Amino acid sequence: MKRLKNWRLFSLLAALTVFLAGCGQEELSTLLPAGQVGQDQFNLLLLSSAIMLLVIIVVVIIYLISLVRFRRSKVGEDHMPEQVEGSHTLELIWTTIPIILVLILAVPTVYYTYKLGDVTAMGAVDEDGNAENLVVDVTAKLYWWEFEYPDLGIVTAQELVVPMDEKVYFNLLAADVKHSFWIPAVGGKLDTNVENVNKFYLTFEKDSKNLKDGVFYGKCAELCGPSHALMDFKVKTMPRAEFDQWVVAMQATDGQMADADATDGEALFAQSCIGCHAVSGVGTTGAAGPNLATFGDRNRVAGYMDHTEESIKEWIKDTQKYKPGNTMPSFPQYSEAELDALAVYLMGLKVEE
Amino acid sequence: MSSVAQKRSFGATVWDWMTTVDHKKIGILYLLGGLFFFVLGGIEALIIRLQLLKPNNDLVSAGLFNELITMHGTTMIFLAAMPILFGLMNAIMPLQIGARDVAFPFINSLGLWMFIFGGIFLNLSWFFGQVPDAGWTSYTSLAITSEGHGIDFYAIGLQIAGGGTLMAGINFLVTIINMRAPGMTYMRMPLFTWTTFVASALILFAFPPLTIGLFMLTFDRLFGGNFFDHTMGGNTIIWEHIFWIFGHPEVYILILPAFGIFSEVFPIFARKRLFGYASMVFATVLIGFLGFMVWAHHMFTVGLGPTANAIFAVATMAIAVPTGVKIFNWLLTIWGGSIKVTVPMLYALGFIPSFVMGGVTGIMQGAAPLDYQLHDSYFIVAHFHYVIVGGVVLGIFSGMTLWWPKMFGVMLSETLGKWTFWFFFIGFHLTFLIQHWLGFWGMPRRVWTYMDGQGWNSANFISTIGAMLMGIGVIIFLINVIKSHVQKKPVPNDPWGDGRTLEWAIPSPPPFYNFAQTPLVRGLDSVWIEKQEGNESGLTPAEPVQDIHMPNGSIIPFLMTLGIFVAGFGAMYRLETSWGLPVLVLGLFFTFATMSARSLKDDLGFYVKKEQVLKDLKEKGGKI
Repeated sequence: MKRLKNWRLFSLLAALTVFLAGCGQEELSTLLPAGQVGQDQFNLLLLSSAIMLLVIIVVVIIYLISLVRFRRSKVGEDHMPEQVEGSHTLELIWTTIPIILVLILAVPTVYYTYKLGDVTAMGAVDEDGNAENLVVDVTAKLYWWEFEYPDLGIVTAQELVVPMDEKVYFNLLAADVKHSFWIPAVGGKLDTNVENVNKFYLTFEKDSKNLKDGVFYGKCAELCGPSHALMDFKVKTMPRAEFDQWVVAMQATDGQMADADATDGEALFAQSCIGCHAVSGVGTTGAAGPNLATFGDRNRVAGYMDHTEESIKEWIKDTQKYKPGNTMPSFPQYSEAELDALAVYLMGLKVEE
Repeated sequence: MSSVAQKRSFGATVWDWMTTVDHKKIGILYLLGGLFFFVLGGIEALIIRLQLLKPNNDLVSAGLFNELITMHGTTMIFLAAMPILFGLMNAIMPLQIGARDVAFPFINSLGLWMFIFGGIFLNLSWFFGQVPDAGWTSYTSLAITSEGHGIDFYAIGLQIAGGGTLMAGINFLVTIINMRAPGMTYMRMPLFTWTTFVASALILFAFPPLTIGLFMLTFDRLFGGNFFDHTMGGNTIIWEHIFWIFGHPEVYILILPAFGIFSEVFPIFARKRLFGYASMVFATVLIGFLGFMVWAHHMFTVGLGPTANAIFAVATMAIAVPTGVKIFNWLLTIWGGSIKVTVPMLYALGFIPSFVMGGVTGIMQGAAPLDYQLHDSYFIVAHFHYVIVGGVVLGIFSGMTLWWPKMFGVMLSETLGKWTFWFFFIGFHLTFLIQHWLGFWGMPRRVWTYMDGQGWNSANFISTIGAMLMGIGVIIFLINVIKSHVQKKPVPNDPWGDGRTLEWAIPSPPPFYNFAQTPLVRGLDSVWIEKQEGNESGLTPAEPVQDIHMPNGSIIPFLMTLGIFVAGFGAMYRLETSWGLPVLVLGLFFTFATMSARSLKDDLGFYVKKEQVLKDLKEKGGKI
């Protein structure tokens, strides 16, 4: 009997898996989890869906039977039903069974709540005083994301780069209004509040190289003004060795500056853009505009536009048209030639091969 | 009513409605006001869905979209759903307990005008071009930095409307406690009266936090307060707590009366006593109580820590138990009954599967770690529309069609009613079912547009088509109302034929004093019992025919609210214009003056003479 029940539950779960996981895109679907955190949450989704489907089925069966059997056209116009007051047995049953179902869901819920909320290892250091775990400080701003790696002395923007198969810890904060940090395929979100740092961890277990755009999609999940919908970011995951190379390349950009005496777009950049945008990946959080040291490696312009020189030019000419309410000024005074030069320079800012 | 009323001039009629303290007329005004805002919020919803019809759409701008979602949510909750329910409560609850009016008719009128003026205040923002744009939740980091007077319209408009709601809630509580007819014990009260009672208790405890929150927000924005400015030592999370301590019970304030309506509809159209009455009452009270224990489940991703999240997760799941009890009691009510599928019953039958789906997705989101994924995604949009449209709005339609003949003396067309139902019902599922998956596929809520290539296109397209079907359903409903009122056929006391509660034993619409003689209540479903025992009138009088004491109408509630309304504009423009401060002072002074007028002059009401009551009874062909 028990085996039969297990088999039933298993087949139900299997059917559900097909039903739920059949859709969505790998780079941003919560149904195709790419890490342990997302997997835990997905398992909870399967369990709760199974319980809830059971409830729905029971209700619908009773509902349909009564609808078919007890229509007035069937029982007769003059039929006077028995005026039943209630039934203690039945009421006891449908109080007890929901309590049991809720308990079945409550236990893993509490377990995972504590598991996913555990950030005690965040500050752990080895014998030499080096941090044992990668920590990323995320700062959400109108409407872009800044990612600082405090233990590595580097900072980047719009594209989070992380190693695979280890816990990556995050400190989350908003610089202006509240936002929320969400990478649907990897794990649930956590708000970036304005007054306090929120901490959590995620693990990344799929190489983003194999994805459609080579990146996972990240989203802002809290209404933050007109361009809330455009406050996307991207996530690149890679094996630890590759990540280490990336870190070395980033650290090598130390002191890199745009040269005002150069003849091309670099000079233009040095005259105006440099006031807000750094081109060296070494530094800390707190810049007025996104760090551009890895701009050429990125997947999007302004977080969501195609990564082409054309987009760069459009964006610089009229930033408010493409991201209403953002804080970057527009530069309609630039000539076509100047914009071309600037775009070429920006595309050349790379640390990856 | 008497022929004198029909000969009145237009002006006199308007004056009559503006000064009325009759709970049935106030109910009708609530209902019509609520329907107006329901259509307005629906138009906003359609524009929202049209904007999301396809990726990169530019039907509306980003800023306008945020204004639309804010106004859609605020309007639907505060100005549509609640007032329509208040309309039904006002019109029906006193009849169900055998009373001649509510306990405080004057305050009842004041509450109505505060709702209407608050709603107008909020929506005037469209004409000023400065519309609230921080979402109906108006989380404060965004709400405080929002430019223009949009959020001020939100804060002051809701403050005025919210005050009216609080008054109405207290009024209903006192009415139900004090004004039940002889024999109407608590455990003989119809379920709609019970849910009105519990919802009013929730209003009593939930609206003061909103009032305080809105005052703090107003002070932050207009008077240099720093409650929510973290750079000055304030805290934005406090707003979230205050808002949801109000906001979660608010959901139950809406759904409990809908539960009450269905608990009336099922017995009438299944010709069978409500199954498990006592457990239904207990479940209602328990849901109301638990409703205050779960607000932080709206804040699982705020970073409250695992202990708080775990506690609120389990508390949230606990609500499933009393709600489940209700569902099964309804199922067992129709089980073994004689089901007649009229329009009100159609809505009730549509409600069960729809609401169960909305309920179970609520439990899924109660599982905190899972909610980290679902929160602020389209899944939550799907969930709360399943609860509010699949529960509250279906309840409203069911209740309106059930009691329309009682309130207006006009029967709505069953045929058109069924067309409305099917368009609305199919459109509803088409719109919102797919949105669960949009959430799974990573689409955040409140986005004004989305890029191509994320797999969201067809689902959004389907959703928009569904929304249009719902729109067609509502249009058919409005046509139905107009058409039926033009045809205007006389309606008997009990047009549905199987009425069980007191309102079905008096004329439709009832005389303004409701009951010629206060009825004696001998059990649950009083009228049903009387009829089963051969008393065709359905009523046993508890008193002889005698003079009836009734309250006088008054224009003061209208004027009192007008003062607050004007003062609101003064407060908003206090700093940037020279007339702001004087208008603020003048408005408040005017309100205080009208309050004094009310306090200093005794209004003792009047008596309906015994002869008049007898005459009315004769005209209606009633017996003494």
